[in-house]
Amino acid sequence: MDHERPAPDDVRPYGRRTFLTLVAGGLTSLVWGPTAWGIARDVLLPVAGVLPPPLAGLVRSGWRIYSVTSIPQVDRATWKLTIDGLVEQPVELSYADLRALPRSEQVTDFHCVTGWSVSGVRWAGVRFRDLLSAARPLPTAKAIGFFSADGAYSDSLTTDQAYFADAMLAYEMDGQPLTRPHGAPARLVIPEMYGYKGVKWVNKITLLDQPFDGYWENRGYDRNAFIDHRV
Amino acid sequence: MSDSGKVYLKRFSRSERAVHWIHAAAFFVLLGSGLVLYLPSLGAVGDRPLVKDIHLYTAIAWALALLAVWVFGDRQGLRRTARDFNAFDADDRLWLRRYPVKQGRFNAGQKLNAAVTAAFAVLFAVSGILLWAGERDTSFRFAGTIVLHDGLMWISLVLLVGHLHLSLVYPRTRHSLRGIVRGDVEAGWAMQHHPKWVKEVFAESQAASTPDVEG
Repeated sequence: MDHERPAPDDVRPYGRRTFLTLVAGGLTSLVWGPTAWGIARDVLLPVAGVLPPPLAGLVRSGWRIYSVTSIPQVDRATWKLTIDGLVEQPVELSYADLRALPRSEQVTDFHCVTGWSVSGVRWAGVRFRDLLSAARPLPTAKAIGFFSADGAYSDSLTTDQAYFADAMLAYEMDGQPLTRPHGAPARLVIPEMYGYKGVKWVNKITLLDQPFDGYWENRGYDRNAFIDHRV
Repeated sequence: MSDSGKVYLKRFSRSERAVHWIHAAAFFVLLGSGLVLYLPSLGAVGDRPLVKDIHLYTAIAWALALLAVWVFGDRQGLRRTARDFNAFDADDRLWLRRYPVKQGRFNAGQKLNAAVTAAFAVLFAVSGILLWAGERDTSFRFAGTIVLHDGLMWISLVLLVGHLHLSLVYPRTRHSLRGIVRGDVEAGWAMQHHPKWVKEVFAESQAASTPDVEG
């Protein structure tokens, strides 16, 4: 027996212990992870300036980009927004027409149903009353369908929901025209609801007698995606 | 003996190397496709549904490939290696406290790395399956799933940088790359870094009187 060899009973199963501890910690983090990350972000935000730009951007922005197709390339110069359905006068707005409508601004939080949030997003756009004024919805119009230029995504709101004081068709985010990943040239913003209601790359708005199930609602999500006032 | 007179010791079996390279290949594909889906600045890159499919099917291929190694590979050897990874003897515990003690086939750092890698593989798989299932059934949705999946990615990136440094750059350790590529390492190098293992190998080969030495 080599004198350097430790006794067999002195061998400890630290490998298995490390493995099980990490797996247990990771699985329970499904519960405590978001809180911990929220605290970590509060600590990291003040020092984000010294991080390299891609990392700083992640800590600061918190955005994740979701789409069901490739990100559409929509040319603002040729983009048209069609407003039709239960209206007295179907209309087609150009980007310039949209920008000429009364501008509204707001700072609201964005919550994604998958668990991430971005606080204090600065939006600029047009309230739906202003947007629909030229088309003049009929009294029978009780809902609005939103259709994306990606050809796949759509969702709907009741007109009451669309007329919430902070719902809008947004064309600017944080002081800049919307970027492609965020829905350029225009997207639906309704902060009371989870982000999947916020149809991006909107190019058609249809007034309807009742709402319909959108892309994710056909896959089991709630049509009324209200955030139950978590912090 | 090889032409240069160097003696080589078998360190990793085909099955063990397969497990390593399945992890490595899958990790890079999953990292690349995951970052395209995750980083806003890469949001407009490529065909997103295709990138998502690549991510998903790579994960499935990774799991199936590991299963195939287990079914068709050297199970006994894999079990023995798992035992090596698990067991921390007195020297390992001293090594972790930075005492320059002799190490066996794996040093304590490599053992910890193996445990972390295995745990992360499980957690990546569980959180990934939950992300996939949550798109289909809302009862699989947890606020922490994406935080866990992303957090694992960031920690793995840091560990990967360290792993690549030790295996490709750092002069004292980079010879170990030969072990995971070709299966054997030079006996002289092994004597320096894993002397207890070298003794074991020679003791075993003497006992079997069929030297387990390649060259």
